[in-house]
Amino acid sequence: MATARADDMIDEEFSGALLEKHGFLSKRESIDCLTVDCPPDRLEELALSLRDEDGFDMLVDLSGIDHGEDAEPRFSSVAHFYSLVLRSYLRVHVACPDNEQPVIPSISGTFPAANWHEREAYDMFGVEFSGHPDLRRILMWDDYPYFPLRKEFPLAGIDTPLPADDVAEVTQASVEPAPMMGGPFVSAGEGPMSDSEPRALDESWTEESEKPQ
Amino acid sequence: MVIFKYKKFPMISDEVAYNGKVEGDVIVTKADAVINWIRSHSVWPMPMGLACCAIELMASAASRYDISRFGMEVMRFSPRQSDCMIVAGTVTYKMAEVVRRIYDQMGDPKWVVAMGACASTGGMYRSYAVMQGVDTIVPVDVYVSGCPPRPEALLDAMIKLQDKIGRESSLSNLRKTRGDRAG
Repeated sequence: MATARADDMIDEEFSGALLEKHGFLSKRESIDCLTVDCPPDRLEELALSLRDEDGFDMLVDLSGIDHGEDAEPRFSSVAHFYSLVLRSYLRVHVACPDNEQPVIPSISGTFPAANWHEREAYDMFGVEFSGHPDLRRILMWDDYPYFPLRKEFPLAGIDTPLPADDVAEVTQASVEPAPMMGGPFVSAGEGPMSDSEPRALDESWTEESEKPQ
Repeated sequence: MVIFKYKKFPMISDEVAYNGKVEGDVIVTKADAVINWIRSHSVWPMPMGLACCAIELMASAASRYDISRFGMEVMRFSPRQSDCMIVAGTVTYKMAEVVRRIYDQMGDPKWVVAMGACASTGGMYRSYAVMQGVDTIVPVDVYVSGCPPRPEALLDAMIKLQDKIGRESSLSNLRKTRGDRAG
């Protein structure tokens, strides 16, 4: 590991033993914590073992990834586990076998913390978590027809009716693509606040003057 | 003897030449002037706090800026009891429905202040999830710039709103409403 810290108690011996115990895991290059690939059909089994036997008792994060429309596999899910005993993280990659109907087993039965994370990954990427007790959208409204963090979805959004029919009727409003005006609006992330406030990346074009091709 | 010395509200000071010794306890004025004076000095805000602007809204209500100097300290979380919705923060499309419903639940007369860049135009959130200005769904009376605006800016906007209320034809509006109900 490139950046092993003094309190990083996972050594080669431990990670070797973990990989040996779960033969289906394969190690993955990583610059920080131990990272493994797990086949989707063994994920539930792994989660249970991590919690009850291997000391990784806390689920810190779970999210989805879209690797690009042409990537193979296209979708995957990443879970971060933390061990309060070992004081160390473990990252588990799970690739979806199917690009059209991505499905991954849910681990919310083992780690209840995964419940909302899996709903968010489903909401944003359309990755389904089989066995999830309540797989609904969590950020967008229930009838929203797209998965906004997929690569083909434009940042500005797509024309969609408002969630409430009666409000849409009274106000004549709908979900419209946002004007980008040289955006996206991002922060440089460094330097004094006057320079790092969010601003348009490309200020050469606006609504009035077209974007140079 | 001067009772109404506020030049901000000319409908009182300009139209009423009041002299207590001569006229006793009687003030002659227009109904509009009285109604507007009462309304503009007891604006009960509905704090529609959706993001960081709401923090500045809270600061405006606290002791340093003290919005109660203008008769607006009664922040009501029930739309039935309030008459000025201060939209303080980012209006997402999912929340837009709620904002509109709360606006509909407020009794007339009612006003809307769009506080900050997000409520006014969507601000820096040029995104699929954020409504580009709350005026898409509710009529806005005053827009406040800033990200977030300082409490002074909000107070300035509320004083401008008082001016605006002061210029309304309240009596004819009331008659119109009653006529609508009767007819």
